[in-house]
Amino acid sequence: MRVLTLDVNGDQQETAAPDHWTLLEVLRYRLGLTGSKQGCDKGDCGACTVLVDGKPVLSCLTLSAEAQGCSVQTIEGLRPAHLKRSEALEGTATGGIDPVQDAFDRCGALQCGFCQPGMMLSARALLDRTPNPSREEIQKALSGNLCRCTGYTQIIEAVETAVAESFGADAPRPSWVEDREHLREETL
Amino acid sequence: MAARDIHGVEAPWEEFRIVGKSHRKIDGVSKATGEAVYADDILLPGMLHAKTLRSPHAHARILSIDTSRALALPGVHAVITGADLSIQYGVIPWTPDETALATEKVRFIGDEVAAVAAVDEDTANAALELIDVEYEELHAFLDPRESLERDAPQIHASRKENNVSKHVELDFGDVDGAQESADLVVEGSYRFHGSTHAAIEPHCAVARVAADGVLTLWSSTQISHYVHRALARVLEWEPQRIRVIQPCLGGAFGGKSDPFSLEFCVAKLAQLTGRPVKMLWTREEVFYAHRGRHPMELDYTTSATKDGKITSVDARILIDGGSYSSFGLVTTYYSGQLLSGPYDFPAYRFDSTRVFTNKPPCGPKRGHGSVQPRFAFECQLDEVAEQLGLDPIEIRRKNFHGEHTKTVNGQRITSSGFMECLDKVERGSDWTERRGKLPRGRGLGVAGSMYISGTNYPIYPNEMPQAGIQLKVDRSGLVTVFSGANDIGQGSSSVVRYIVAEELGMDHEDVRVIAADSDLCPVDLGAYSSRVTFMVGNATIDAARKLRAKIVTAVAEKWEVEERRVRLIEGRAIDLEDPEQVLTTREAFELAEARFDTLGSTGSYNTPTLGGDYRGGSIGASPAYSFTAHVVEVDVDEETGRITVPKVWCAHDCGRALNPRLVAGQIEGSVYMGIAEALLEEHKVNRFGLHSGPSLLDYRLPTAIDTPDIETFIVESIDPEGPYGAKEAGEGPLHSAIPALANAIHDAVGIRLRELPFTPAKVLAALREKREREREAGGGAATAMESQGGLG
Ligand code: FES
Ligand code: FES
Repeated sequence: MRVLTLDVNGDQQETAAPDHWTLLEVLRYRLGLTGSKQGCDKGDCGACTVLVDGKPVLSCLTLSAEAQGCSVQTIEGLRPAHLKRSEALEGTATGGIDPVQDAFDRCGALQCGFCQPGMMLSARALLDRTPNPSREEIQKALSGNLCRCTGYTQIIEAVETAVAESFGADAPRPSWVEDREHLREETL
Repeated sequence: MAARDIHGVEAPWEEFRIVGKSHRKIDGVSKATGEAVYADDILLPGMLHAKTLRSPHAHARILSIDTSRALALPGVHAVITGADLSIQYGVIPWTPDETALATEKVRFIGDEVAAVAAVDEDTANAALELIDVEYEELHAFLDPRESLERDAPQIHASRKENNVSKHVELDFGDVDGAQESADLVVEGSYRFHGSTHAAIEPHCAVARVAADGVLTLWSSTQISHYVHRALARVLEWEPQRIRVIQPCLGGAFGGKSDPFSLEFCVAKLAQLTGRPVKMLWTREEVFYAHRGRHPMELDYTTSATKDGKITSVDARILIDGGSYSSFGLVTTYYSGQLLSGPYDFPAYRFDSTRVFTNKPPCGPKRGHGSVQPRFAFECQLDEVAEQLGLDPIEIRRKNFHGEHTKTVNGQRITSSGFMECLDKVERGSDWTERRGKLPRGRGLGVAGSMYISGTNYPIYPNEMPQAGIQLKVDRSGLVTVFSGANDIGQGSSSVVRYIVAEELGMDHEDVRVIAADSDLCPVDLGAYSSRVTFMVGNATIDAARKLRAKIVTAVAEKWEVEERRVRLIEGRAIDLEDPEQVLTTREAFELAEARFDTLGSTGSYNTPTLGGDYRGGSIGASPAYSFTAHVVEVDVDEETGRITVPKVWCAHDCGRALNPRLVAGQIEGSVYMGIAEALLEEHKVNRFGLHSGPSLLDYRLPTAIDTPDIETFIVESIDPEGPYGAKEAGEGPLHSAIPALANAIHDAVGIRLRELPFTPAKVLAALREKREREREAGGGAATAMESQGGLG
């Protein structure tokens, strides 16, 4: 058993856990931050991704003790962090969630949602270091996060939407949207 | 006979306000923020953790189990074995051949033998090591051919005294005559490998037995209702003392549609210890639990006239079922019954045999039982086209069975947008311009398919509704929907919300949905066979219309106008003829509550009587069928044998798209999963029956980099019986991705790959064989032709 002091989402948290417990276990089962998911527990799926000092890290492969002295951000911290950064969004329909979260929701990327906390944190880390990434950069940045539901299409669309909107540009339009509008024109 | 209502395909108030638009999902924000609670997120005070001991042998008799050392370990609260849960169950009531823990025998490496509940997972794991099991090994069947031929030892003691799980032979029309008189007969053998669902959330269940004797089970299941029934049977508890709740579910794809060992174990352990118990399977255990795609060996013979009309299809299929029955009875029927569209052929015969082997049990994976035959047949159709010099899209058009028709095996077809699907992918891929003109190693292939929107076979025979919905109205202006449906990420609770809001003219955010809690919600049979949108959607319209009638009556009486003048729209009730008369939804609800008492309603759906008039004729009979066409573009590296798929065009007829974005998500997820299993994934065991790589890395799930660019088209044929005309979208669009890929490979490099998965080794072997054939045939000419890319 080891006493741990962790900085999670800006809060200093003290807890105790067996020495071999991973950061993921401590977050989920000691601190009640169950937004970080366990899909494999061996570094293969990325569902457990959290940001440690701003960088995506697999919390299932990180011993909890190693995270001491670092700042850990989980999915639960994304919205508050965003609210702190921007006053503008409070009171909107979605309560001012991070633009990445909002875009994932609007684009349909959240099917079962199990991979998505990790996915969104990887996306957030990417946009923090590369505000205008290419399609390839997005695919690469997300390639450690497996999703079984979406075929990644709406995830990539969501990241591209968040990027476009951050520059005031139009969101990408997938083929089925174009196709339906075209049809409508034909039938009108 | 329960009531079945056809609600019509039109909008309730002239024009759709919510349906047909891409609204947010009901649970989107909670999933985005990490608030959504999945099974393993449930932490109860005093909760124990359970672990499972699994068989190290593929086939063995259990001579003895001694749990005393494990029980003596400090921190261990209970140990159970097959003797504690010996009643057999199975999702199909005719084939109950599973027990929660092995009773006399183990039947695959990974079969469950004992379970321990302890104060934490580490202690539980340590206790597993202390359970002493003595086995007597038996001959292990790993090859389905052997299971077909060899009767002993039997994997399951059955009346038939062999290792056959199910045999179905059905015959429609004169196949032999058609073959004799045909201009062309094409024969081929195909092999489809096993693959698994690999939902990112592992199976997890939590049970609590409260002091009042009520058992609550939270489980990552996609079929709460069958789990409820199975628990009652195995635990010998009265079902009304069991409550099954499905929390937020992290993906399923068919992999959570059997009752699983862990659900019974946590319940039993909670009962024995008086403490809540959780069991979370490791990723490795999920691979053993499997229930994935059945490997099949498929022999097909297709006959045709010289202008490309298919005259008969003849199929012989050997199905490797793995160690238990699971849905196997249905799988065996589906392997033949679902091939009879979208093409019309006058004669059809299939002979399908599912055998047991000592491998992880197979079950339903997205496109249950029909993805494999679809692969074989669509490849064969491509060969027919090639040999007759026909365009592969043209031959599919030529054989289309049309709308509102009956298939050769007696299935009723209502709407079909298949022709439009073909048009879309033809245009999208620029087929006519590009096919045959691509650089060497690149090719285009097409395939089509059909799938069910639910089936009228309710798993256990009963005359009650297949789907039920209950609405509760609050004076605040809120409508709460109690839906039995399992939302597994596909968005069924969202669809229910949209429909209620549409019918009651409300803001959809003022409709909340409580789903898949057996204490609160009416029964729905579960998220399988693509039944939910169709059946639950219809039940929702039913319930909402009953409620709407009351509200309209109350408002009309208040205004002293005829009911037809009252319209519920955008959060208000308005008078069509007097713009001064307006009420908010809340006020309208209050009037209705005052007039009719506490407000609520129920709705249900049941299928009409469907299917052919023969044994098994209702299996695969669906109230509506979805249709799909794919064009796949492929790049084959002839040096390395590596196949890449730069692009896939998929058009899917889902009837009316209730939320097009959710439909697109289902289509894209299906395309991804089909291409993935064709190129990368393989669920197999080694010569001892040990899984060859039970991890997400070894199993090779594609990443965002490996997944093709997918161009999606939604075709809306508007089905007369679907909710507003909707049909399924979650499974159909997987089917034809795989044969379209195979056909594209042929277009690219002239080889026909008939064995999945399409690994580089198989590509290279086929290329070598092709070169040899050409050399033998006198070589030069064929090579010259080929280098022009003129292979179609
Ligand atoms: S749980 Fe950490 S990578 Fe899968
Ligand atoms: S949304 Fe289900 S795994 Fe990604």
